[in-house]
Amino acid sequence: MSRAARLMLGALRVLGLPVLLVAGWWAWSVWRPSFYVPSPQRIAAVFGDVWLTARLGDDVLPSLVRLLAGYVLAALLGVALGTAIGLSGRLRAATEPALEFFRAIPPPVLVPLIMLVAGLDTAMKVLVIASGAIWPVLLNTIEGVRAVDEVLSDTARVYGLRGPARLRRLVLPAASPQIMAGLRQALSIAIILMVIAEMFASTSGIGHTVVLFQRQFQIPEMWSGIVLLGLVGFLLSLAFRALERRVLHWHWHQRETHA
Amino acid sequence: MLEITGLRKVYEGRGRVVEALRGIDLTVERGELVCVVGPSGCGKTTLLKCVAGLLAPTAGQVRLAGRVVDGPPPGMAVVFQEYGRSLFPWLTVSQNVELPLREKRVPGPRRTALVQQALAAVGLADAGSAHPWQLSGGMQQRVAIARAVAYEPQVLLMDEPFAAVDAQTRADLEDLLLGLWHRLGITTMLVTHDIDEAVYLARRVVVLSAAPTVVQEDLHVDLPHDRDQIITRSDPRFAELRAHVYGHIRAAKTDPGRPPAGTMKA
Ligand SMILES: Nc1ncnc2c1ncn2[C@@H]1O[C@H](COP(=O)(O)OP(=O)(O)OP(=O)(O)O)[C@@H](O)[C@H]1O
Ligand SMILES: [Mg+2]
Repeated sequence: MSRAARLMLGALRVLGLPVLLVAGWWAWSVWRPSFYVPSPQRIAAVFGDVWLTARLGDDVLPSLVRLLAGYVLAALLGVALGTAIGLSGRLRAATEPALEFFRAIPPPVLVPLIMLVAGLDTAMKVLVIASGAIWPVLLNTIEGVRAVDEVLSDTARVYGLRGPARLRRLVLPAASPQIMAGLRQALSIAIILMVIAEMFASTSGIGHTVVLFQRQFQIPEMWSGIVLLGLVGFLLSLAFRALERRVLHWHWHQRETHA
Repeated sequence: MLEITGLRKVYEGRGRVVEALRGIDLTVERGELVCVVGPSGCGKTTLLKCVAGLLAPTAGQVRLAGRVVDGPPPGMAVVFQEYGRSLFPWLTVSQNVELPLREKRVPGPRRTALVQQALAAVGLADAGSAHPWQLSGGMQQRVAIARAVAYEPQVLLMDEPFAAVDAQTRADLEDLLLGLWHRLGITTMLVTHDIDEAVYLARRVVVLSAAPTVVQEDLHVDLPHDRDQIITRSDPRFAELRAHVYGHIRAAKTDPGRPPAGTMKA
């Protein structure tokens, strides 16, 4: 097979399904035109006007900042607390039932509660995002830290790895596959909570704008917001994959060779 | 240097109580090379871990240079039986060998030299940039040995360190260990299944009984000081010592604690 043909085939494999889906959507909108389901061209036409003008700074940016702040807060707290709990058997026994309970609460129900406590400002949204996204990070970190191989741990002890060195050179790398799995789950939870928090109580943000358009029956504009959220999620997931590739390359190769 | 007195170790798991060591008394002088042999499951690894300060004894104690061992003492290197699990998979081979030296605060240039020497000595000079999981089992075991060698320990504990390598590499590694021991006078305790290896390497062979485990025999190896794979192994005295140890192990399996019948006096 020639290089060009192989490239074509690769592009087809990646883009094939999305193109097919958009084409199907377009065909549907031509066959059954509907006020509530505008055609892809209509949405594409309003997309630039809606999101790439003043709203870029007024709504998109604040949303992304909240998302990032909440996510980073959840990640830092989750890894720090998870490491502490995972390393101490006593702490683990004391906290495990409570953690399982809190994790079982669907995070969106915390929104009204946190609104009462923290008000309606940015801090409230960051808190909502962090309070939901922390659980997968925390629980996965505990699991990962607890499961450090015993022989490896003995080796580290014999060769004098103690305190911070032990943490940095043994515990965190050994737990990193689990920690990354937790961070990945947390990312999608954080996006969902960002939108919900903005829909509930906000005067800015992507979620707020989508609800606004819906109330004003600006249907193509509303749809363009949904597409934007999809794109944000997709790009963040790509960025996350790149990070994973750097941090976990040894883990994947190791699994390949031992499979 | 190393005094083990009345060492007893009982594992207590859910409903299962295993007495791995009944009572071990053993002294290893500074600079001595002792091999420990015994039937499978008799507690050789347990003994080594107690000496390393990784396991707390149920009774008795281990003293190193006069001090009671209650955690891994500094200046001690251990080669574990599960060599594959003792290498850090996220580090390269060189980094694995280098890590203990970093913790020991050995200056950079010296570190690099030690790592290279040690890897060359085990025949892995070219594998430094590989990751452990890219190597065969025998190569991984040699990395673990190189790491212990580079550490320049005063006390070296090895648990079946040559089990996963072919006969030729095994002979080479045995001679590497002997060379190192001659040069640096490291106090060495080596656990092995292989009676020939024990007699070839050691100045003393300690035979453990089957459970309940005690020291069954403590044998002085009166072979010439300089060992050679061919000359030493074809020495008639080598065959006698080997038969003597073999008899003890067989007796240990059937009737622990009793001296073997029908073996010649060593
Ligand atoms: N962590 C543990 N918990 C409970 N029992 C254990 C544990 N480790 C070892 N044992 C038991 O202690 C006994 C001695 O085990 P050990 O590993 O020290 O033997 P060994 O002489 O090194 O065996 P091998 O020659 O097969 O390596 C065995 O009966 C084993 O089942
Ligand atoms: Mg063993």
